[in-house]
Amino acid sequence: MGLLDREFNESNIVIAKTEDLFNWARLSSIWQLSFGLACCAIEMMATSASHYDFDRFGVIPRPSPRQADAIIISGTVTLKMATRIKRLYEQMPDPKYIISMGSCSNCGGPYWEHGYHVLKGIDRVIPVDVYVPGCPPRPEALLEGLLKLQDKIRHETLRKKTA
Amino acid sequence: MTSEEIYNILQTKFGDKILGFESELPVESYIVADPMAIKDICLYLRNDENLKFDTLMCLSGVDDANGEKSKDEEDMDVITGGTLSVYYNLDSIELGHKINLKVSTPREDPKVESVESVWKCADWHEREVFDMFGTVFLNHPDLRRILMPEDWEAGYPLRKDYKNPEFYQGMKIPY
Repeated sequence: MGLLDREFNESNIVIAKTEDLFNWARLSSIWQLSFGLACCAIEMMATSASHYDFDRFGVIPRPSPRQADAIIISGTVTLKMATRIKRLYEQMPDPKYIISMGSCSNCGGPYWEHGYHVLKGIDRVIPVDVYVPGCPPRPEALLEGLLKLQDKIRHETLRKKTA
Repeated sequence: MTSEEIYNILQTKFGDKILGFESELPVESYIVADPMAIKDICLYLRNDENLKFDTLMCLSGVDDANGEKSKDEEDMDVITGGTLSVYYNLDSIELGHKINLKVSTPREDPKVESVESVWKCADWHEREVFDMFGTVFLNHPDLRRILMPEDWEAGYPLRKDYKNPEFYQGMKIPY
């Protein structure tokens, strides 16, 4: 797909598989729902800021679930919040992707035993594409998670959603 | 002014509404008061020229767990009798002194007078204590749960004999 620019310059005709074209478009501009929960959200903000620059992968925060492609669950999910996250997820249009960031949203983290108010893993409520381990994960880890998500999208087919 | 001096002032003013003074402690000393007189006591502490307690630094609930402990059929702790307490940490910014107050209420019927009308910040503190321990603050303007979901029916999570439910709105809670 790296040859697209040159193809346009030379003949104005591109021959590609629809799947490749769609996947390329989708993975290159993942708009994330601007949404943070706890300390992981601070790392997520650091990843978005100029030093790590999420935008070079086409990731920008979009403060509306109706126009977001991905949601990064960045932090402790309380039971009260879980009902809200589920609603936000349901408001997002397909195709939609979920990155679970940090131990808390992966499995409950430090609250796994005595956290009477904590959901032990966001995958009990919504389906997760990529889990990023860490407490909290460093921005590099979140970038790695995003690249993994892009990999998953790159190999999607139109017949069946895999990511 | 020291806690002991304040205790003596309160005792002459309120008599048997002041139940005691604990000072032989590894932590800060506190004055024990009647839960049904705590509003008048606090109002006096705030308004008196020599005391001027203008700040409620913190208001916390405590489950003393000093009742009779037993096990139910599922081997969970059950506590009957004993007390639930509320602690007040007061500070006078103007005069630079501070004291602690404590009120104890029976576990089966925990009722304390609200001090929301004395210090506005007590509003959310008291709601939190209600949320976590079930202590009812009389004459509170808006006594609802503040942290837990409003439809939480499993009781008060910071009580020592609290039992967490299996499910909340279809979501499994235990690990």
